[in-house]
Amino acid sequence: MTSLTSEELKYLRVKLTREPNELELRVIEAEWSEHCSYKSSKKLIKQLPKQGKNVLIGPGSDAAAIDVGDGYALSVHIESHNHPSVVEPYGGAATGVGGVIRDIVSMGTRPIALLNALRFGNLDAKARDYSRTKWLFRNVVRGIADYGNCIGVPTVAGEVEFDASFDEYCLVDVASIGYGRSDHLIRNHASIGDYIILAGGATGSDGIGGAAFASKGMLEQNRSAVQVPDPFEEKLLIEAVMEAVERRYVKALKDLGGGGLSCCLSELSDTLGKGFDIELSKIHSKEKSLDPASLMVSESQERMLFVTDLEKLKGLREIFQKYGIGFSLIGRVMVHHDLLLRFRGKIVGKMPSTLVCNAPLSLRSSARPRHVDEIQQAAFSPRVPYNLKKTLLAMISNPSIANKSWVYEQYDHEVGTRTVLKPGSSDAAVIRLADNKFVSVKLDGNSKHCYLDPYFGTLGCLSESSRNVVCTGAEPIGIIDHLQFGNPENPYTFWSFEESVRAIIDFCKFMDIPVVGGKVSLYNETFRGPIKPTPVIGCIGTIRDSNWISQPALTPSSAIFIIGLTSDEMGGSEYYEDYHEVVAGIVPRLDLKVDKLNRETMLSLVRDNLITCVHDCSKGGMAIALSKMAMQGRTGFEVNLDLIPNKCSRIDNLLFSESQSRFLFATINPSNADNVLKSIPGLKYARIGESSSKSRHKRNKIVFTKSGSSVIECSIAELEEKYNSLTMEMS
Amino acid sequence: MPKIAIVVFPGSNCERDVQTVLRRIYKFQTELLWYTRSGLENYDAIIIPGGFSYGDRLRAGAIAAQSPIMKEIKRLAEENVPILGICNGFQILVEAGLLPGALTTNSSLRFVCKWTEVKVINNKTPFTGCYDKGDIFSIPIAHGEGRFIADINTLDMLKSEDRIVLVYSGDNPNGSIDGIAGICNEQRNVVGVMPHPERGSESILTPIGDNNSFGLFNSLKSYCRRNH
Repeated sequence: MTSLTSEELKYLRVKLTREPNELELRVIEAEWSEHCSYKSSKKLIKQLPKQGKNVLIGPGSDAAAIDVGDGYALSVHIESHNHPSVVEPYGGAATGVGGVIRDIVSMGTRPIALLNALRFGNLDAKARDYSRTKWLFRNVVRGIADYGNCIGVPTVAGEVEFDASFDEYCLVDVASIGYGRSDHLIRNHASIGDYIILAGGATGSDGIGGAAFASKGMLEQNRSAVQVPDPFEEKLLIEAVMEAVERRYVKALKDLGGGGLSCCLSELSDTLGKGFDIELSKIHSKEKSLDPASLMVSESQERMLFVTDLEKLKGLREIFQKYGIGFSLIGRVMVHHDLLLRFRGKIVGKMPSTLVCNAPLSLRSSARPRHVDEIQQAAFSPRVPYNLKKTLLAMISNPSIANKSWVYEQYDHEVGTRTVLKPGSSDAAVIRLADNKFVSVKLDGNSKHCYLDPYFGTLGCLSESSRNVVCTGAEPIGIIDHLQFGNPENPYTFWSFEESVRAIIDFCKFMDIPVVGGKVSLYNETFRGPIKPTPVIGCIGTIRDSNWISQPALTPSSAIFIIGLTSDEMGGSEYYEDYHEVVAGIVPRLDLKVDKLNRETMLSLVRDNLITCVHDCSKGGMAIALSKMAMQGRTGFEVNLDLIPNKCSRIDNLLFSESQSRFLFATINPSNADNVLKSIPGLKYARIGESSSKSRHKRNKIVFTKSGSSVIECSIAELEEKYNSLTMEMS
Repeated sequence: MPKIAIVVFPGSNCERDVQTVLRRIYKFQTELLWYTRSGLENYDAIIIPGGFSYGDRLRAGAIAAQSPIMKEIKRLAEENVPILGICNGFQILVEAGLLPGALTTNSSLRFVCKWTEVKVINNKTPFTGCYDKGDIFSIPIAHGEGRFIADINTLDMLKSEDRIVLVYSGDNPNGSIDGIAGICNEQRNVVGVMPHPERGSESILTPIGDNNSFGLFNSLKSYCRRNH
């Protein structure tokens, strides 16, 4: 039984002009899996705008590299480990971290930060899969923590979303940022006769067929396809590579991830445009009995492939010996273009590398699902809650909105002494690169919006992650994306994928921000069907002056402003989905021009030091964003809802709408801020209230008024109690 | 200029943080010493940084404590050289028998990374000389096995010999007995602390205003100056 389609098999036979042998077939199966080959998505992904003046190495390598000036570069990459994490959440999540770290390392850069975006089923004690969801959540977080903490890379930011479409499933996305000298970036090259070295963990029978497993639905749970993490080995590998890079001992370097040696060897050989002659019996392995095919497709972790010449080989060996890293000289670079595989001298496989790593594309058909129009237009008009304070408190205890300290306190987010803005206290992480140079980064997704409208939902994620980065004082310089969908053979699923890609193209072209890295994960399904479409977007920005760095904590005795228009765009909002338990309505529509104007306006206010705090308005809407600012600054406020620029038909929509492109900020210099804002044609903004003075009496209360009377009045202590509900639940 | 040795084991991960802070802020000379090195004589102080030496296998610090370099460190400890173990460094010093008690899994059973407040109990060590007794300052922690425990006799001894250096003030983040965050040996030249002074030594990395955790390295600087 092969996982190749009959067309693929036919194509392979024609190209080889013969029958593939058993080993060759296994290699092809691994490399032609959706996970490794991108056969369904390649055509679309190619259209993403990848050019930018700062892009040193674009997507396509293990990670991308961006110039940040002064001879230094950032590398960035994102990956997911969804399928393994569902079966074995601890090991699956941990090895996901390991994989993305090695991608950063293989660029010759030191990993300086980790981020993650996690999605789980409904975390409601009444939910059917409550205990399983909790088990997945607990162990995924522990897996990420144990791995990242041990290797000494801080986990600086993330997001967690809960949604019933992930019941019995989970999405585990991990991104990493690296930093290093631009002239030390590894730009893979090789000469005939160079040596190929496999170093790191020994190869074993763990993770065999992992890539093929990740390219199927979750119908069968295959525990042996899940890899086993060893962060200590990874830490040694990181240090060894850093030392080797510093001494320029490495000509080419590649991580072994999905598909194991099959993918690594064929892709590197193809990139270099040179053949590899490999002796598989030389591989240091955990089990002597491994056959050549298993050696080729094992996904044992913490392994990397090095190419170097004879002169540098000695130095490289000494480094491996210093760190006690296992390594084996497995082959040479050849003048031909084949992946030539031997076992104990005998040729066991011989295929052109370019054939192995370029699977025939699968053309998928797409169709707009009927449910999209039905649920978008479904009439839903709940009663306006009688007690809006109760609604606010219910909203703030919603696990997707609530305080995530239970999560991020398990991550060492300080190691490296670079973390300026830490998780829980800011819209995006801010990491110090040099004395007055910082990078800001955040991941955002919204499966609820993307399910109802993948195009506008994805635009919203792009806008949100860029807004988050702008809030810290950074200018966006790059976008990374991780596109997670169900089975691409389903035309409805493929349509949502197309819509999502179209949104990224439109946004990035309009904003002139390049896509510097990305990944696609398909076949995310349970027996109930596909997950909600979940593109996760990461935005990377830079800050060149420490005075620009801003936070959301509300400052006392300040004027509060809002930028942006609030509308009746309730589809996919936390208010509809979590509070009313309704999946229906129109999702927020992003106007690219407005989004750009609002973002640029906000950034100039931040950089002119006209504000004391700033926060993006997203999940849960304006009322939640202001409540979070109040809790963080331990400062109350009074906001007049009549003043908010809006097109809302009802007060609950005004409070909880998730309309895009909005910012909240406070200032002690309202007239200056107002003068700046007034001068910008077409800008929607308003001064909507004041924060409490320092006097104790009023300080600890938030108040929303409408038509002169208070509609919500709530103490910060009450908010905090509900906000900490997730922490209470998990502790 | 005082010269500090920072000992690096396989899996240490705070050595560069400590080095950068000591160099840039306190103008110490520093050297990273890989654990197979010998010849620690010519240093004014030795720091064992945090991390996960040997991946925390067996127990945190247990394997590093058995390495030959620790024999040399023990000898230097007897010669009154200031030695500071931070986090995993503290765990190693305990496992090597240079400090009493044990550091075990946090009472929450989870790794915890956050800012805490600590109080200075003993200001007569090379690392706390700048403080007054009772000074409270904020400093971050990051550990999974930082709960200090000791039998009643050891605890009585630590108290009667004034060997408790730092205690958590207010919230006890890991369940340490009596909130102990740092202790010293009888001679007071060997100090182990769970919190990370290198992470609290720059105001830009401090969440709430200025703080005093730079006092630990400042104390060392004054101590070295006095003893030169």
